[in-house]
Amino acid sequence: MSRIFKYSFIFIWSAFVLTPLSWALVTSFKPPAAVNNGATFIPWLQFQPTLDGWKDITGISGYANLFPPLINSATVTFFATLVSLTFGCMAAYGLSRFSYGWKHYKNPDIIFFFISQRIMPPAVLAVPFFILLKTLHLLDTKLGLVLVLTSGLMPIVVWLLVDFFNQLPKEIDEMAMLEGCNPFEAFVRTILPLSKPGLTVAGMFSIIFGWNDLFFALVLTFTNVQTLPVAVVALNGTVTPFWTLCASAIFSILPLIGLAFVVERFLSKGGFAGAVR
Amino acid sequence: MTSKFYKRLFLLPGLLLLIAIIIFPLLFTIRVSMANWNVSQSGLDWAGGANWARMFHDANFWSSLFRLLYFSFITTTLQYILGFAAAMYAWKGFASRRFFRVLWLVPLMTTPSVMAIVWRSIFREDIGAANGFLRLFGVDPIAWSTQIFPAGVTITIAEVWQWTPFMFLILLAGLLSLPKEQFLSADIDGATPWRTFWSITFPLMAPISIGAIIIRLIEASKIFDSIFNLTSAGPGNATETPAYYLYTRGLREFQISYGATMGLMYLILAILTLTILGQILARVSKPRGL
Repeated sequence: MSRIFKYSFIFIWSAFVLTPLSWALVTSFKPPAAVNNGATFIPWLQFQPTLDGWKDITGISGYANLFPPLINSATVTFFATLVSLTFGCMAAYGLSRFSYGWKHYKNPDIIFFFISQRIMPPAVLAVPFFILLKTLHLLDTKLGLVLVLTSGLMPIVVWLLVDFFNQLPKEIDEMAMLEGCNPFEAFVRTILPLSKPGLTVAGMFSIIFGWNDLFFALVLTFTNVQTLPVAVVALNGTVTPFWTLCASAIFSILPLIGLAFVVERFLSKGGFAGAVR
Repeated sequence: MTSKFYKRLFLLPGLLLLIAIIIFPLLFTIRVSMANWNVSQSGLDWAGGANWARMFHDANFWSSLFRLLYFSFITTTLQYILGFAAAMYAWKGFASRRFFRVLWLVPLMTTPSVMAIVWRSIFREDIGAANGFLRLFGVDPIAWSTQIFPAGVTITIAEVWQWTPFMFLILLAGLLSLPKEQFLSADIDGATPWRTFWSITFPLMAPISIGAIIIRLIEASKIFDSIFNLTSAGPGNATETPAYYLYTRGLREFQISYGATMGLMYLILAILTLTILGQILARVSKPRGL
């Protein structure tokens, strides 16, 4: 009984996960007739695949070229993640090992302050950020977008890593300090190598949220630093046909799908085994 | 080099960087909410509490809040249950689990705004996949975008698809880091899987679950990308959430002051709700031994 339930769950859930992806992939190869005359699902049987949609988004047909936005997205995401992870993991370690206090605000309040930065809807922050970046002459620059994204990514890193560091026994860093390391060396030499799974997960969320951000990029950048989601949504706003839209969708999500493999590898290696000895 | 120095060295760079980025926008928003400002004016005037008074009488704002409450409750619950089930199966028990772990993580890596465009093409009434598929079974086409309930369903489906993998990943990472000893002794005692789950796995996972649920609620409450690209809050304003309403008033109609007011009110309410919820969840999970 529970076996039947198990395998039907696995089957149905996998089918559900694959549905929109396979629809987008198949549609990206459709000729106009296969889209406009009702839904078709099976290439070669129901229609003859074409590359028109893909030519439209790679600059071959001169319609749009998504490669520059791809490079922008990659650069901005990389630096925003680097900054968030560096400062975020130090802050998280501090919050996990020391007790801070200012009046009656204690560690949990500081952690909540970090995560509360994600609550504000971007629509409200967009205007003040716009004015801030304009004053600093950072509008439509990568640096400006990196700074704004960092304010949203670091909270996630801190929130996730405090939990991970809490699970690592304090004896590990105490041992390192007994052997003559200062607290910072103890952190870098013993804790960081043991927290690879945590850092991977935190870094991955940072990359995902950075890469997928639509709103700030939409408001704070124009032509120089158009990111991939902005470029795709812009296509969606014009009279772009379905097959081209679906090709652009697949194009913009492909780079991150590789991350799923990286994350799985780290998970399966079993992060914490052998940390305590 | 006192320990106080190191204590500050760890926390302060990150904290100060965050404050530096966020302080101006926050103060500015507070000030703007007490003005009647649109982008064409150069200086800020003073309107006192006019925007605040208007907000308290704005039925659209409050109904969008209730809609959000209802909506984030449903999606987060579905995501938690499905994510936990998937994590349990991917944790141990069947041979090809590593393949399924990768597959089930994939939606998380996709861009919500882009996927919303794909979902919209699926739920197109005339040429979309959903009605095309239903037609194969002789089901009449459903008016996905012009009726209230189906429009809500499309957003729910898109959100569950997108974010269940988030729960899945956090919970699976938690499961993989659980100590093995208790499970061994449960095995030796001959406990059934169902009993092992409720008396060992679930309580051990409580802190991680709470963290995952709170983050998910925060993210769910900002839902914008999928509504923007999938239903545009329609039909009428049936799927309008505060984030979308603020966007309409503040950035499309340039009532920036009013948008700022609603944003602050929303922030206050969200922090209150999350604090209370966090306390309740923490207390509920305590008696189970954690």
